Amino acid sequence: MASSPPVDLQLAHDHGLSTDEYNQIVQTLGRSPTFEELGVFSVMWSEHCSYKSSRRFLRRLPTTGPAILQGPGENAGIVDLGEGLAAVFKIESHNHPSFIEPYHGAATGVGGILRDIFTMGARPVASLNSLRFGAIDHPRTSQLVKGVVAGIGGYGNSVGVPTVGGEVYFDSGYNSNILVNAFTLGIARADRIFRARAAGVGNPVIYVGSRTGRDGIHGASLLASREFDERSEELRPAVQVGDPFTENVLIEACLELMQHDLIVGIQDMGAAGLTSSSVEMADRGEAGIVLTLDNVPTREEEITPYELLLSESQERMLIVAKDGCEEAVKAVFDKWDLQAVVIGEVTDDGLFRTIWHGEEVVRIPVPALTSEAPVYERRAEQPPDLVQRQQLDLTALPLPTDYAEVLSTLLTTPNIASKEWVYRQYDSLVGGNTVVQPGSDAAIIRLKESDKGIGISVNCNSRYCALDPYRGAAIAVVESARNLAVSGAKPIALSDCLNFGNPEKPEVMWQFTQAIDGIRDACETLELAVVSGNVSFYNETDGRAIPPTPTIAMVGILEDVTQHVTQWFKHAGDIIVLLGETHEELGASEYLAIIHEQERGVPPMLDLEREKQLQQLCLQASRERLFSSAHDVAEGGLAVALAESCITNPHSALGARVSLQGDLRPDALLFGESQSRVVISVQPDRWPRLQELLQADSLPYTVLGEVGGTELEISGHLKISATSLRNQWRAALGRQLT
Amino acid sequence: MKWGIVTFPGSNDDRDAWYCLETVLGQEAVLLWHKDQDLQGVEAIVLPGGFSYGDYLRAGALARFSPIMHSVVDFANAGGPVLGVCNGFQILCESGLLPGALVRNRSLSFICEWVSIRVETTRTRFTSACSAGECLSIPIKHGEGCYVADTDTVQSLTDNDQIVFRYVNEAGEAERAANPNGALHNIAGVTNPNGNVVGLMPHPEHAVEALLGGEDGRKLFTSVFA
Repeated sequence: MASSPPVDLQLAHDHGLSTDEYNQIVQTLGRSPTFEELGVFSVMWSEHCSYKSSRRFLRRLPTTGPAILQGPGENAGIVDLGEGLAAVFKIESHNHPSFIEPYHGAATGVGGILRDIFTMGARPVASLNSLRFGAIDHPRTSQLVKGVVAGIGGYGNSVGVPTVGGEVYFDSGYNSNILVNAFTLGIARADRIFRARAAGVGNPVIYVGSRTGRDGIHGASLLASREFDERSEELRPAVQVGDPFTENVLIEACLELMQHDLIVGIQDMGAAGLTSSSVEMADRGEAGIVLTLDNVPTREEEITPYELLLSESQERMLIVAKDGCEEAVKAVFDKWDLQAVVIGEVTDDGLFRTIWHGEEVVRIPVPALTSEAPVYERRAEQPPDLVQRQQLDLTALPLPTDYAEVLSTLLTTPNIASKEWVYRQYDSLVGGNTVVQPGSDAAIIRLKESDKGIGISVNCNSRYCALDPYRGAAIAVVESARNLAVSGAKPIALSDCLNFGNPEKPEVMWQFTQAIDGIRDACETLELAVVSGNVSFYNETDGRAIPPTPTIAMVGILEDVTQHVTQWFKHAGDIIVLLGETHEELGASEYLAIIHEQERGVPPMLDLEREKQLQQLCLQASRERLFSSAHDVAEGGLAVALAESCITNPHSALGARVSLQGDLRPDALLFGESQSRVVISVQPDRWPRLQELLQADSLPYTVLGEVGGTELEISGHLKISATSLRNQWRAALGRQLT
Repeated sequence: MKWGIVTFPGSNDDRDAWYCLETVLGQEAVLLWHKDQDLQGVEAIVLPGGFSYGDYLRAGALARFSPIMHSVVDFANAGGPVLGVCNGFQILCESGLLPGALVRNRSLSFICEWVSIRVETTRTRFTSACSAGECLSIPIKHGEGCYVADTDTVQSLTDNDQIVFRYVNEAGEAERAANPNGALHNIAGVTNPNGNVVGLMPHPEHAVEALLGGEDGRKLFTSVFA
């Protein structure tokens, strides 16, 4: 203990605590904290663990519904799938570690989200991710992309959970602060859900998995809850190192353990490691917990109690077992050659206590670290330049002379180009459930236990959010839902990963609150619940915040997985129809950004009721197997959606002949991003029935033309070889990542 | 017919192989634990894909020392059918049951995609239901699938009809562009002189259901029991 530095206000500041927060600690304890206690407070009160800036606003989100078995507050959310099955899922950020050390940052992001899922008793069956990098020609981008993708693959492939989809965006707003958001979904029996609660006085607390090292100390407080600057590289030792092999056997061991009636609660040691897992379990169980730190398995000698409490070494779990079941628990972990050591027990004193060499080094009331942690009502103000950035004078925007060239440019821009270079590095097949691999609007997996399927989609257009965070966030929700609906999966619930800048800045806080309201309103109209998620603040470097990025990961259900729909055209002779209406909207579009190099205007308008109607129609049509293909119209507008319908078939391209009517500007008609639109193709004999459905709902639609031939022809505007477009689109990303 | 699928720590496709055999193909299938030596009377064995022992040291290098591998080697030497898929192929090479070795893909990246492979010989226990020259669509997913062997070994593989599969293009030609990992002579799978032990990088157990993309992989299994 002699080596512990004296605890004072300066040391508290070094731990990221404010003067007020330090005073509150002294007041709560009635004394100065020990060095270990200061460490515990600093991580538990960090933004990352405490949600102190966001908590008030998150309460606005709808979190319940008839199919919701578990909303926010546990390791993950849970949705009832029927037939006794449940889907357990969550998305989580690992942004700062991935920027500092891309391979291990991304890899441990995958490892962490997997543990959140299997700790609830679910076998992980599908992972997705949302990645945002800086401009593709920025000097660091290429290496960051390669490192992150290799990390996700290196961990995900080895651990044996398929990566079935995701999204990748490039924007200079992320040049110095990339985003790595990882999602995993698992399947559990609805009557065998495990929760992270410590209950039953005297029940043993068991540590399982990897030994504790000195890696990742203060990951939550210093890495995830602060802005970046030029010295951030020095934080590299705060990034954890992952071992997917240990995770692989840990998953099997934990799931095997859960077959038996041996445990009361279980939680992974994620951010803030042993501290947060034990404190949060005690909090949920309204109990106390005492740990003897001398018993924690370690990787190195002379590791201090402070380090044991704060280490974020990976692949570790904390279990509260039933009294007397210790040996049975150990036997399961023995089989898998993993450690299982009793390190403490549940108490009834409501305290988090830790013992080191017989001496109590931490003694803190659990609520002081959880429900009584500081909550802030931070000031929110609209950014002063927003109104100016929302101005867009279309009359001053020249029309392109060659629309074929514009289309080809858009299809090779990194945000629209094929992401095959990325996803072919991921095992998307292991587990044997992948019905639709990466490359369509939504990933689809089947449930071996039934006829059902699950659709998953991840979305956020952060340019929309930068120009209108309310509408941008609402569009992220409806686009995720639309991706599912066009694929035949009924949207049920979502997990959100809210990536923003420094919440102490009023304009960032304004973006955040607007985004929350946008998510709420979209969810309420579409009858969706937010069941889990994560807030990542302080995504800024040298004072410059990232574009607001509320990433939405949504889950939907197919009653019959064989009714799924993919986005590419299937047969020559099919009729091509546009569902929805096109308006003269070019604000915030990819076309405006790439061709005219302007990121301004307002994002397309959104009519939530109309959107809901459209999605219900798509679901009905897929149940009746009316669609040959269905594809959401998004970045790049109708022309890109048509091209993608021609070229995204994994095997080959198929042409189409269409004509577009209307008196809009041709560039708005072709490349505008009006919402609530879907390009579908339908066999001629099924068209009358589909027409009936459309007319019954008074949904606007336009017959565009017919599938067939080797060219994409948009009459009067462009005619171009589909195979040539496909080759350009496929090769673009890899070529630009040299 | 009773099949055994070995579970090493780090195996990933063991459950998929089990599902393929037991549920899709209606066989009796059991998982064999790597610490055991008892083969439970199985009549055919699959060494599944995955990352046994994390692929630490070298893919398949540690798994060959598992207690179960002694029994698998005896079983193979007695003529029992043994199929090694991906990591299983790597383990068979490490164990000396198959010649050659598998090294990092030429691209240095993990690759997951559906490929076309051509059946080069139908004399093995796992290709007797195929026709020679037939092309099968089967996915690969590996980072270390580049098959290599010295010149003499390749010559003897050729002389003894031990090359079982090659990567080919849509026209069925084993050209360079159709080679996903840089394997010598586009080799995707080989057999022992007896034809009872086959190793390949593609995953036939992931190509047995139309819903999941194709059924061509069934033939490797039906060759043994049909």
